[in-house]
Amino acid sequence: MSPAMIEGFLFGLIAVMTLAGALAAALLRNLVHCALSLTVTFAGLAVLYLSLGAQFVGLSQILVYIGAVAILVVFAILLTHGAGALPHLFVASSGWRTGWVAAVVVAFVFIGALLRSPLPQSSGPVPQIAVRSIGQALMGAYVLPLEIVAILLTVALIGAVIVAMPTEQGESK
Amino acid sequence: MNPGMITNLDQIFVILQHRVAGLFPPLFQPLVAMILGVLGIIAVFPGIFALTTVLERKGLGRMQNRLGPNRVGPFGFLQPIADAIKSLTKEDIVPRTADEIVHFLAPVVLVVAIFLGYAVLPVGRNMVLLNIDAGILFFFAIGATAELSIFMAGWSSRNKYSLLGAMRAVAQMISYEVPLLLSAVVAIMMTGSLAPTVIVQAQSGFTGILPHWYVFTPWGFAGFALFVVAALAETNRSPFDLPEGESELVAGYFTEYSGFKFALFFLGEYLGMMSIAGYGITLFLGGWGAPFSFLEFIPSWAWFFGKLFLAICFFIWLRGTLPRLRQDQLMNFAWKFMLPLSLLNLGVAASWRFLGEWLGTGLTGEIVRWLACAAVLLLAYVLLARVLLRRQKISPRSYRYAD
Repeated sequence: MSPAMIEGFLFGLIAVMTLAGALAAALLRNLVHCALSLTVTFAGLAVLYLSLGAQFVGLSQILVYIGAVAILVVFAILLTHGAGALPHLFVASSGWRTGWVAAVVVAFVFIGALLRSPLPQSSGPVPQIAVRSIGQALMGAYVLPLEIVAILLTVALIGAVIVAMPTEQGESK
Repeated sequence: MNPGMITNLDQIFVILQHRVAGLFPPLFQPLVAMILGVLGIIAVFPGIFALTTVLERKGLGRMQNRLGPNRVGPFGFLQPIADAIKSLTKEDIVPRTADEIVHFLAPVVLVVAIFLGYAVLPVGRNMVLLNIDAGILFFFAIGATAELSIFMAGWSSRNKYSLLGAMRAVAQMISYEVPLLLSAVVAIMMTGSLAPTVIVQAQSGFTGILPHWYVFTPWGFAGFALFVVAALAETNRSPFDLPEGESELVAGYFTEYSGFKFALFFLGEYLGMMSIAGYGITLFLGGWGAPFSFLEFIPSWAWFFGKLFLAICFFIWLRGTLPRLRQDQLMNFAWKFMLPLSLLNLGVAASWRFLGEWLGTGLTGEIVRWLACAAVLLLAYVLLARVLLRRQKISPRSYRYAD
């Protein structure tokens, strides 16, 4: 087996895992199972990034999505009493028809766009981006967006603390 | 000893790896070398884990005025083998209501994630399995996966103690991950690299006989102290062992595990402790570097494992000494004490760097910047502790159900 074949095989394996995780997240009836399958998708995406040589993106994907977002999702499920399996009911709703139409249209748009876009011809070796240069770009050219995101996150944090703060004695009566 | 022999002894495992890999055809040589490295990690660290369990039980026994295990083998040192046989032959009980697949996967995910963390840990000169650019980030990313496996274990058992233990564990690990990362950032910031090997390299070299370890600078010392506390909490070690507080929660998230799955949780916990100690050593204690310049002839891997042994002893000592915290104390400590101090430490590390450029490299300049940074950190520590202590309402405790 040539290295290219091994690479192709690995890509296929990871892609199948990612897609299976996403499908399971949409189709399983137990919400916690859905959340855990979504984690498999996150992990698959991270491995895809890593196999493309994007270390920083891949590792950040694991740190943020598996370490934080997945945990947040399961906590939200547990705190809202949605952890048990849902009964096997078919939810009849007029929204179904619209949903199907929307799904088919979106699928056609995506497939059309995919088919029409030309594959970029790979010119030479893939550039190896060091983590250092990402850091320098974030602190140099993109410092303003970075700061704006930081302010946004700080505001969100303060908001969360205010929501969680115990109400005054007089207010609670 | 002549220098050649010292180098050979230092690189003995690397040479051995090359020799064995050289026996195979060239196409398979990188693969064989990789497999040998993986086998080394899988053999050595669980071996240390086995010794640690004896050491811990004997050490705690001493602290509690009893003997500890002393029946199996000389001084009880074969106890782990007996324990391993016991856990392998025990019945594996899965509760009838448990979610079987998730219940099975939880210990597997935990152990795999923690073993992956060793992939980028430099245990000696040229002795790192995967020398990647973003090694420290890799370790923290993989460590975050362990939280999910703990949640999986607690939730899938369908047991309220398990679930409560898992919720406690996850909340605690997320809270302490923030100061853990921030305290590690100072070392990364001063090195200018996320690669563990580069961080170790930056701490090599000596002034007189003393090494250039980060722990000997004010920001490094503060970062190291914060890192150790956060690491204790992250690995659920005493005094932060609330998730498995046996007086309240039976055994926390692994209450419903028995036999070898329980052993895997146990293994995961100790391996996690050793890997985080290893990264603490890499970040602040000079990795595999010798503590004095005249001791450099001792092989680098011996220094790394010696430091790891001391770290393990320190953890055992703390476990025998400190009582368990309460949940609210735990959270307050993380968010009101650790977080502000680690943020301040980032600022101090940055000003250390710029003070160095401003004051020059003379001796007085060095002393001035050392004292200034140490004073800021010490002042913040004292003030913060005082304010927090004054806010505490300390009164006789009432026991609702014991009166």
